[in-house]
Amino acid sequence: MATEPVLRVHNLSVNFRTPRGPLQALRDVDLTIPDRRVSGVVGESGCGKSTLISAIIRLMSDNADIVGGSVHFQGRDLLKLTRKQMRAILGDRISMVFQDPMTSLSPVLTIGRHMTDIQYRDRIGVGEKRKRAVDMLASVGIPDPESRLGQYPHHFSGGMRQRITIAMALLASPNLLIADEPTTALDATLEVQIIHLLKELQERIGCAILFVSHHLNVIAELCDDVTVMYAGVVVEKGTVRDIFHRPAHPYTRALLKCDPAVIQEKTELLPTIPGEIPDLVDLPQGCIFASRCPEAGDICLEGPPPLVEIAPGHVAACVRLTEGGTA
Amino acid sequence: MGLYFLKRLGLSVVIVVVAVTMLYGMIHLVPGDPASIMLGPRATPEMKETLRVRMGLDRPFVIQVVSFLGNVAMGDLGTDVFSNRPVARIVLEQVPHTLVLVLISMGWAAMMGIPLGAFSAIFRNTILDKITGVFSIAVIAVPSFVVALYSLLFFAVYLQWFPAIGAGEPGDLVSRLTHLVLPSLAVGLSWVGYIARLVRASMLEVMGENHIRTARAFGLPESVIIYRYALKLAILPTITLIGVSIGRMLSTAVFAEIVFARPGIGKLIYDSVITRNYNVVMGSVLVSTALFVFSTMISDWITALLDPRIRENL
Repeated sequence: MATEPVLRVHNLSVNFRTPRGPLQALRDVDLTIPDRRVSGVVGESGCGKSTLISAIIRLMSDNADIVGGSVHFQGRDLLKLTRKQMRAILGDRISMVFQDPMTSLSPVLTIGRHMTDIQYRDRIGVGEKRKRAVDMLASVGIPDPESRLGQYPHHFSGGMRQRITIAMALLASPNLLIADEPTTALDATLEVQIIHLLKELQERIGCAILFVSHHLNVIAELCDDVTVMYAGVVVEKGTVRDIFHRPAHPYTRALLKCDPAVIQEKTELLPTIPGEIPDLVDLPQGCIFASRCPEAGDICLEGPPPLVEIAPGHVAACVRLTEGGTA
Repeated sequence: MGLYFLKRLGLSVVIVVVAVTMLYGMIHLVPGDPASIMLGPRATPEMKETLRVRMGLDRPFVIQVVSFLGNVAMGDLGTDVFSNRPVARIVLEQVPHTLVLVLISMGWAAMMGIPLGAFSAIFRNTILDKITGVFSIAVIAVPSFVVALYSLLFFAVYLQWFPAIGAGEPGDLVSRLTHLVLPSLAVGLSWVGYIARLVRASMLEVMGENHIRTARAFGLPESVIIYRYALKLAILPTITLIGVSIGRMLSTAVFAEIVFARPGIGKLIYDSVITRNYNVVMGSVLVSTALFVFSTMISDWITALLDPRIRENL
């Protein structure tokens, strides 16, 4: 790729301090987002998606430590910045949309207040800031935005609120938008609307998106590239086509089988991946997915498998791939 | 918005009426005939009967209550049978002393407690937080009368910085204020602790909420996050506490006024209960009840001004 990627996460490892010892929530995670691309991160709950995001924007809980790696954003390592330098980037070059629109806005401040507050960097009058806010609200599809500036978050429905948080996030035309399961709290029809809105605005503003979800359909709809995470490691990476049409890792295949939308046979029970995510304080020796993997053998218990390139840009971490052709 | 304030006002009036009715009933259940106590052991039955009629005690209870409420509505709290002066005037002479004491005590307690609590929350689990924690618990645990007596001994008798007793010369502001220092220290001190603990707890809760994380993710300055986003929410329970505790303080003021020999409604109630001066007891308890009810109302009003969900949720 000729141009510098917007975000390059390299070997990022995060531990949580727990009474039982360090919980290794992220282990050597690599993630690259090229400029103007939409990159999805998918995985079940507890796989480290949210930890990854909070490490990137450096808003982690007190008991979390970044124990290794780097997060380069437009060439600068975010992990080496001071709090003040980080604050200058957040909300300006990098913006966030959070999962739960019901709680992500202050209940005692108006929408107008929220939207003018976040423009605190711009030396323009309040009237100008409000005008910008109105324009942005209109472009995310809030009817009559002028009069709604004076309203409070509880006057809006969940879908409307998520539109507002998207408007807030895109107000500064960031280079990278990080969306942490922005549609999980919404119902299915709203989900599609929000996805289309994000796609449309992304094209207009020209930003890159890091989109985190456990919902495969949404990822397929919106993203260019997909990273599949399991229990704190990246197990497979590739384009949307690679992941959905040629999944290489058994976990990815299992995940795809569990998606209700792709089930073809009539079954009593929805398919699940049996077993649970392994204990991240006391990690198993070999492949992290071995305990739940239908294809696991003795070789899988020997050591953690490296990421192997299957095709250009498509990598997966499974020993079967190096053993002999496809697993 | 105005509707909430009106409804809350109406509710307050209803509460006062109910409370006064109950008080009137309770005070008449106290054993002992007020007329015979007031007139002493050598009073003749005729004298007692005359006094009872004058005080309206011969009429049925319901009539007494209704006529009492009616009089109160017109600003008439009855007549003090000892001095023959209107009770309303006696009470209103004393109310400002108590009100000033209570407001100044609460004022300094809130001005100390709120920053202390916010500070504890921001530097939580540091040595500074632990020190403020120990200080808060200590002042909550020390009874107010102990503070009153020791501050009298230390600041008034030993150091002689502040006057020990009385409310100061009328019209002399400096004298009035120096006479307020020790009583308001005694009445307010433990509230510094209560308020600091409450503000710390609600601040920590609010700082963990999602919208604070949103504010951080937008890179808002920490001062804006703390003062505009966090404190505006975290202060709400404290405002409610202050409203309720004004009422608690009215009763604490009783002993402060006795220890420091200050005039005030607490001392008035104390003196009139001792002498079974029914009308004055009723009048002053009624006024304190009203003060309590209206201080909670004002704190609700302030909460509603700050939180749109409250003023819309009726």
